[in-house]
Amino acid sequence: MLSRLVLCLLILAYTPILHAHKASDSYLTLKTAGERIDGRWDIALRDLDYAIGLDSDDNGEITWGEMRSRRNAVFDYARSHLSITGGNVPCPVQPGDYLIDTHTDGAYSVLTFTAACGAELSNITVNYSLLFDLDPQHRGLLRVEYGQATHTTVLSPTHDSQQIELSDVKPGAAFLQYLKEGVWHIWFGYDHILFLLSLLFPSVLIRLNRSWLPAEGFHPVLIEVIKIVTAFTVAHSLTLSLATLGVIELPSRWVESAIAASVVLAALNNVYPLISKKLWLVAFGFGLIHGLGFANVLKDLGLPKDMLILALLAFNLGVEAGQLAIVSVFLPAAFFLRRSWGYRRLLVDAGSVLIAMVALVWLAERSLNTQLVDWELLFK
Amino acid sequence: MKRKIVVAISVILPCHTAFAAPYQPGNDAQILERLPAASRFENQELRQLRKQMAAGPARTELAVDLAERYIARGKADADPRYYGYAEGLLKSWQQIQEPPPKVLLLSALIKQHRHDFGGALQDLDSLLRRQPENAQGWLTRAIILLVQARYAEALQSCAPLIDLDDALLAGTCLAQVNSLIGHAQKSYDFLQEALADQSAANAEQRQWTLTVLADIAARLGKILDAEKHFSEAIGIEHPNIYLFGAYADFLLDQHQPEKVLALLQDKSRIDALFLRIALAKQQLAASDLDQVTEELEARFAASRMRGENLHQGDEARFTLHLLNKPGEALRLAEANWQAQREPKDARILLAAAVAAHAAEAAKPVLDLLSATGMEHPQLRQLAAQIRQMQR
Repeated sequence: MLSRLVLCLLILAYTPILHAHKASDSYLTLKTAGERIDGRWDIALRDLDYAIGLDSDDNGEITWGEMRSRRNAVFDYARSHLSITGGNVPCPVQPGDYLIDTHTDGAYSVLTFTAACGAELSNITVNYSLLFDLDPQHRGLLRVEYGQATHTTVLSPTHDSQQIELSDVKPGAAFLQYLKEGVWHIWFGYDHILFLLSLLFPSVLIRLNRSWLPAEGFHPVLIEVIKIVTAFTVAHSLTLSLATLGVIELPSRWVESAIAASVVLAALNNVYPLISKKLWLVAFGFGLIHGLGFANVLKDLGLPKDMLILALLAFNLGVEAGQLAIVSVFLPAAFFLRRSWGYRRLLVDAGSVLIAMVALVWLAERSLNTQLVDWELLFK
Repeated sequence: MKRKIVVAISVILPCHTAFAAPYQPGNDAQILERLPAASRFENQELRQLRKQMAAGPARTELAVDLAERYIARGKADADPRYYGYAEGLLKSWQQIQEPPPKVLLLSALIKQHRHDFGGALQDLDSLLRRQPENAQGWLTRAIILLVQARYAEALQSCAPLIDLDDALLAGTCLAQVNSLIGHAQKSYDFLQEALADQSAANAEQRQWTLTVLADIAARLGKILDAEKHFSEAIGIEHPNIYLFGAYADFLLDQHQPEKVLALLQDKSRIDALFLRIALAKQQLAASDLDQVTEELEARFAASRMRGENLHQGDEARFTLHLLNKPGEALRLAEANWQAQREPKDARILLAAAVAAHAAEAAKPVLDLLSATGMEHPQLRQLAAQIRQMQR
């Protein structure tokens, strides 16, 4: 018993909290004011040693002397993997202090610097490539402070550049910015439009004896459209909010593949109708998935932590406004054309087949994580 | 109270503000950092190879050799930076259609490490299509499927090992899976016999077989046998992190915190093992528990900041047992269950569901238990508590 107690006391007295083993990160903070940026960049000594060698006597220990003698090399290496532009003008980096700090996984060199951009800053763009060639799991944790606001982003090999609007400081400006992004995304994220249009194509028609007939009055058509649009909206708003707030999390590859699949199914349903009543239920079900897609976009934009709810609301409203604009153009036109042969054969039948084919390619690309069609070239 | 404030602040300010101020060291001799040197010789060798690499082109046998060594080091030290280096060395193969088999295997190991199990399985499948006799490929595949609780498929992946040379490897693979689907006793007897027959098996193989035996024995309530197997396994050279974790968990269940601290004395670098140290200190009501909890909190925060969620299972245990926040712990345990479904993942999900009075959340584990007939006293006991809550 006594020996156990002694052992116990010995261990309790000596608790070596060693540094953690952790994947590689650097911490880059930029404070902007006027036309000037004050920067602080913490880079792990271990990472610098791997990249440019610090342990000159190869004894496994890095001393301050070894660090000090490599000051210029360290600054040069760091500077050559970072570029900051304000507006579209490069802001040259001037080295400052060269200090040491400790993070959970060990000692870091602290490089301070200033960058003058020559004109009042309204936005800055950070291009970051530190260590990505040597360690693709390296991440740059960027923090931009302006006035009272801060903006944080994780930079990685696939997301190595970030533009930050400094006008975000004012909630009003941030609101407009995210509203605009929401509208943009529904207009230029073609998958969402194609899904919605596929569901709306038959709304001005009536399915009778395996063929399409034009609907008579406008009123029932309008009700049907409102039902579909509302169901889609409620569903995607729900999952957009839950995913942005971190309540649900799904791999983006699944989400994007499922979105493509939803477009295929919605379009094929116009050619071989399986469901011709209660399409709003379909809109709701698949809307849940589309919301997760919206959330991924919002995350990629980088969210201001202090205005998370505001940004979420603005983005969501932007998506709805963009969607409403599409519907308000589509509905009168479709209603006007509904009796024509062209609407039924060209738009509903051929159009749906085309949409299904495009979405099928998306589905293959997204699920297999490859590119089959050079879309940018196609749309140039 | 003080700890809570510190934790609260470090959550609000998710950046370096939580750390001490930077400083300029006083003299040149001051040692700032000790580079990892599990064995000085190995380190020198790695440095030499890197220097050779720097001279030559990227896609060479040397790069593959070096990547393999980095992965081995990464596994031995549980140090994720090495996996990053290996990935960097293999990067140039990503663009080509059919990478060499070795590159596929290493790439699968890297993906497995960052829990991209789907990607790892894809690599292994293309490897095994071309090299159906690749034992490490089948084994790695079986282990990933086991972690995902896809037991039938895991067995199918163990099966090809029977025809390849190593009988104990195949036997251990099969016994490990079978022991989780209601055949614990049979698997135990079989594996003990197999180990006795293969007295010439290499050290690493013996260690793994003993670890599996220990785990099964513990689940069968054979506490003395489990202790015997664990201590024999840990006595073999280069015990791995998984073994340390499993042994520590066993000792925590036996309320032997002093033994845990002795076992993990110099392992506090590794978050998973540092968590077991903290849990042992909690059982002992140690005076520095607050300090250890703070440090762990900072580490989990650092990992969250880089957008990583590899340690949600451990973080859930930490949040439930050390921070005592059942709701938050349950959310983490459920997210973890989406990626990993080993018995330990099932256990934290059930424990968090019990603590958070959320019986519904336990359903996936209850379903798994009834579908497999898994022998696991602690899981069965937690499941019974859940059912009582439902009444």
